[in-house]
Amino acid sequence: MIAPFSGFGLGLRKPHYAEFLETRVAVDFVEVISENFMVEGGRPRRILREVRERYPVALHGVSMSLGSADGLDGAYLARLRALVDEVDPLFVSDHLSWSRIEGFNSHDLLPLPYTNAALDLVCANLDRAQDVLGRAMLIENPSTYIDFAPADMTEWEFLDRLCARTGCGLLLDVNNVFVSASNHGFDPLAYLDGIPHARVRQIHLAGHSQGSELLIDTHDQPVPAPVWELYAHVLPRLGSVATMIERDDAIPPLHELLAELGTARHIAAGCVRAAA
Amino acid sequence: MSLLDLQRDMRAWLVDEDAVAANRLGGGDVAAGLRIHLNNFRAQLTACLEESFAHTRAWIGGDAFHHAVVTHVERVHPGSWTLDAYSRDFPATLKLLYPADPEIAELAWIEQALAEAFAGPDTEALTAAELHDVDWDNAVLRFTPTLDLTELTTNAPAIWSALAQGAEPPAVAMLSETGAILAWRDGEMPRFRAIDQIEHQALLRLRASLPFGGLCAGLVELLGEEAGVARAGAMLGQWLADALITSLGSGTRLDAPEQPLPPAHDA
Repeated sequence: MIAPFSGFGLGLRKPHYAEFLETRVAVDFVEVISENFMVEGGRPRRILREVRERYPVALHGVSMSLGSADGLDGAYLARLRALVDEVDPLFVSDHLSWSRIEGFNSHDLLPLPYTNAALDLVCANLDRAQDVLGRAMLIENPSTYIDFAPADMTEWEFLDRLCARTGCGLLLDVNNVFVSASNHGFDPLAYLDGIPHARVRQIHLAGHSQGSELLIDTHDQPVPAPVWELYAHVLPRLGSVATMIERDDAIPPLHELLAELGTARHIAAGCVRAAA
Repeated sequence: MSLLDLQRDMRAWLVDEDAVAANRLGGGDVAAGLRIHLNNFRAQLTACLEESFAHTRAWIGGDAFHHAVVTHVERVHPGSWTLDAYSRDFPATLKLLYPADPEIAELAWIEQALAEAFAGPDTEALTAAELHDVDWDNAVLRFTPTLDLTELTTNAPAIWSALAQGAEPPAVAMLSETGAILAWRDGEMPRFRAIDQIEHQALLRLRASLPFGGLCAGLVELLGEEAGVARAGAMLGQWLADALITSLGSGTRLDAPEQPLPPAHDA
């Protein structure tokens, strides 16, 4: 089992490097995109070392491609293992998705059909990844724009079985639940009630945009009200979790993200008071 | 449909907008989602190239650069887990598109080489003060792994420097003879320097483990005793000052390189 961590954090992004290194930012942890630091040396690795000296760090990947039908990239896993050994992160996470097939890499988080065959494949790939990394991972639910039919199970049932079979934990992206629910017409509360709550170790909160036909997970907006409402719904059902704001585009000044994180703290405090 | 077939169809959609593959994936039921993923795919690659080659873009203009990006996306499919790798072949695409304007591909080479050096392996450079009792005849120079070299035919380094400083770039000029350019990282700072063919060939051979004595012998043969030894010493001093040399090994002295150094001009 992955040790729980309770706190509030932010994704570390370039415009905020100096503030994180030169001041004590009021966060309990930071999350970095693993691939940005899976380089051989230079300034990126030095910055990560210095950030790690000041804050607990979670590694969040976007390129493992856990759903690839032709298996995982061994060179990628070896590089990630080296980074894990150097950083000693709180968590190592990636997505329930695929990006690469037969030497082609889309650099996008592509959807999987939620079939028994896909579950077997993802379990085998995740078993291998966790063996190489020497630790259990957190798997994040994706935003999806395609609902492949026929399916053998819902996404939350898929995640439940994945956790049970591989021992992984969950990184619950509440915005992704909202986006996918809106795009495919399922009830987000059913999703949040259906996931294995004891497996959730981390939460992502983010914003999205309205595309011409579907909602798109753009991470370029503040967390919207419906996502906060879902966060408030699920939080009392979980144990200790690490909550963070994720912003990857139109990145605002750090104080604005800290204000959003304050909203998360306020909701969490309200949950504690309600439970008392 | 198997998962492998589904993923092959998705690749065919992203790379070729293959309508037959899109129909197998679900046709109208998945069309909106497919369009989002196609846009994501192209936007990622475009953003990668625009960020990696900002000065090249400034030099050729947004429309020409966009044409080059479209050509590159059609010509080269991403394969690595890192998007950083996708920009590596872009100078070759520019060379194909603009054979009469070699400064364009050379500008792009500089940007790519500096970016690669930026995140290359960390090493400690040797200083002149650390060189004691060296058997220079048999010494094999080990260079920083961030060092990269290519031939140079234009004043692209001057154009790049002006663009980087926000100054008016000079007009394109062809070099009187083909030279070379090296890029590397000194501390955390990526750097580049234009060099002549003698230094270019010297670096290539030393990196292939030619002992320093072999280089000196070749330069003496090429330039004469006094000038050859002086040139070897000058290059060594410059490489040390540039933090290019990371260690010294020992090898077997060769009296002359297997291939002659290029003819001397005004070296």
